[in-house]
Amino acid sequence: MKGMTIIVKTISSWVKVLIFLFGIYIILFGHLTPGGGFAGGVILASSYVLLMLAFGREFAEENLSLPVASKLDCVGALLFGAVALCGLLYGAAGFFWNFIHQEYLVGTDYEFNLVSAGTIPLSNIAIGLKVGASLFLVVLVLSMFRPDTSAEDSNEKE
Amino acid sequence: MPYALCFLLFVIGLYCAVVKKNMVKIVIGIMVMEYAVNLFLIMLGYRLGGIAPIVGKEDVAGAGGQVTDLFVSSSVDPLPQALVLTAIVISLGSLALMISICIRTYEKYGTFDITEIRRLKG
Amino acid sequence: MSIPLPVFIAVPLVTAFLLPVFSSLGRKGKAVATVLANFVTVSLLVMAVASIGQFRVYEVGKWSIPLGINLVLDGLSSLLLLAISVVSAAAMLFSARYMEQYTAKAKYLCLFLLMVAGMNGVVLSGDIFNLFVFLEIASIASYALVGFGCEHEELEASFKYMVLGSIGSIFVLFAVALVYGNTGSLNMAYISKAIQGSGLNAGLSFAMALFVVGFGLKAALVPFHAWLPDAHPSAPAPISAMLSGILIKTLGIYALARVVFNVFGVSVSMGWLLVVLGLLSMVAGAFLAIGQEDFKRLLAYSSISQIGYVVLGLGLGGLIIARDGNVAWASLAILGGLFHLVNHAVYKSLLFLTSGSVQMSTGTRQLKQMGGLAEKLPFTRATCTVASASIVGIPPFSGFWSKLILVIAAVQAHFYWVAAIIVFVSLCTLIMYLKVQRYVFLGELPENLQQIKENKGSMLVAMVFLACLCGLMGLLLVPALRSNILQPAVDVLTDGISYSANVIKMSMKV
Repeated sequence: MKGMTIIVKTISSWVKVLIFLFGIYIILFGHLTPGGGFAGGVILASSYVLLMLAFGREFAEENLSLPVASKLDCVGALLFGAVALCGLLYGAAGFFWNFIHQEYLVGTDYEFNLVSAGTIPLSNIAIGLKVGASLFLVVLVLSMFRPDTSAEDSNEKE
Repeated sequence: MPYALCFLLFVIGLYCAVVKKNMVKIVIGIMVMEYAVNLFLIMLGYRLGGIAPIVGKEDVAGAGGQVTDLFVSSSVDPLPQALVLTAIVISLGSLALMISICIRTYEKYGTFDITEIRRLKG
Repeated sequence: MSIPLPVFIAVPLVTAFLLPVFSSLGRKGKAVATVLANFVTVSLLVMAVASIGQFRVYEVGKWSIPLGINLVLDGLSSLLLLAISVVSAAAMLFSARYMEQYTAKAKYLCLFLLMVAGMNGVVLSGDIFNLFVFLEIASIASYALVGFGCEHEELEASFKYMVLGSIGSIFVLFAVALVYGNTGSLNMAYISKAIQGSGLNAGLSFAMALFVVGFGLKAALVPFHAWLPDAHPSAPAPISAMLSGILIKTLGIYALARVVFNVFGVSVSMGWLLVVLGLLSMVAGAFLAIGQEDFKRLLAYSSISQIGYVVLGLGLGGLIIARDGNVAWASLAILGGLFHLVNHAVYKSLLFLTSGSVQMSTGTRQLKQMGGLAEKLPFTRATCTVASASIVGIPPFSGFWSKLILVIAAVQAHFYWVAAIIVFVSLCTLIMYLKVQRYVFLGELPENLQQIKENKGSMLVAMVFLACLCGLMGLLLVPALRSNILQPAVDVLTDGISYSANVIKMSMKV
């Protein structure tokens, strides 16, 4: 499969950037508006899936190859775990303790700003990375089911 | 009444998963069941004419950062939505695994018909 | 020493995602990954031992219940935590060598640790939806592990397991939704409080039925057992040991016991239901096992039968509490059930490991194609005999004590026919394990098996470790150990719905 017609290719090469950007927006503003890591990650992955549908699998793999995506997947999970564990280490407070956000933001100008939620955006970014990479992996692996990869796509959860 | 419809959907999914012979149809049946449960969860938290449970600047009043009574009394229950999101993620994971196992099985046996895939018995 | 409870979940989870990074570094990386995974399981074992006999509530992210998620460590949790870490440490040690025959070892280790993390989460969770999430993590990892070899039978078994397992999970999710709709809480302590206030209505009774079906599917109780005899033999041997040894108990029995005893409160009809399910599983599992020709399949059916003992013990205890209110009799029955759970975890995983060792040496699982392996595989033979003696119930070994307690409990509560069935099923168990000994280790050595050798190294260490435990488990009944390990777990179940008051009081203190 070498992709679809020129119309689809042209349109999707414009649209994919917008979709990617929208995914990043959804992830970063996850604590203020509807959305968050998972929804944004799905949108990120969908931009790559669009590339794959329009240009064929090989082209998408040139952009984001399977080993790299699988590394990103692990890095996302590790980041999320690291944020949670930092809460545990921070003054023996607790697992998932929001160690950046104390009381000092409430009632100030920073309320409802981008930086107002402490560790929540960090976790959102980690989850977005993980979900995006692993969803892309799932579609990639399912689309190339000749070679030997089957236990690969069981890794995604969260 | 909506709950009864939800339950009907659940039973349809269960029927599909239990009776159908095609592996892919079984997977579809399981997913129908899953979505029936998700729908049920969403309806538990629904409130007629409710607003989205997201606190904005205008919903906060008082010094302690308390949300207004109006917001509390008119927003829908956010917890089932969080549960449904989690349940969707989980079902996505198991769906991906199921589909990949279906594909591998098709490679090995050349069929999706479970009545022909019977090497294990006893 | 108090270890933060999330560590039990976070450490295997984080390591699981760290391993694929190591394994891309080539051969040395793979060795490091194996050592790391072993280190994690052993350290979990040490931590589980260190937290025996504690009662703690941990609020994740400092959100107090019922707003936040909490983790609860009580007697029952710590007993299960101990069993999980013993079996997983042995299975991990065994797989260090056994899994050399498969290619994608890093993925195997990753899924293994995910499964451990999920099971620890199920055991520690104090929140019913979180319990469902961890249940799914452990189940999804186990579906993938059953189909790990990607051969015909394995894929078929994995698909069957996955369909039935997913249906079970959806039933549990539906029940969770119903409970939330009726009580307005997801925290088990608060649900229990709400139920005590209002009593059971139709929705909650329906939820209870869904819970029994869902967890029954996970535990492979007899009407819901169809997936187990396919799934457990198909997995690689250490995974069979994990699945049969501990997964069905954590996801099925533990969750069922927690919901029935601590959240809903046990009733007479519920007690009878558990007793009947237990007896059905015992008898049907034993009869089906005797006719099997496949080594691991025989073990899998015998697991169904042994799970029946555990459920019978719990059900008998619940029945006695609800009907007679005699806590002393009930606690003896529950003690028997839980002790049998721990014993079965140890000797069934040992049996599956020995079957893996035999399979690796001979290349077959068919009983009729083996014979006379006693000389060739002396250590495997010795450990297998110890495990068989335990499961049959020959006095110094562990299985005898738990069966004896069950029989005494049944007789004491005037269920003479139950005691008779327990003894009868024990005889059937004796027949099936005599069959194993006869076909595998005694008799003529076939021509094509003259050259086989015993597997040395980590596999041997794991088997000997479990065999020693089999011999020593009876010591758990010594009062000093019993009051620290078994009795707190029994008390959690016999106290029943006072669980909620205890947890709420504890979390006020934190």
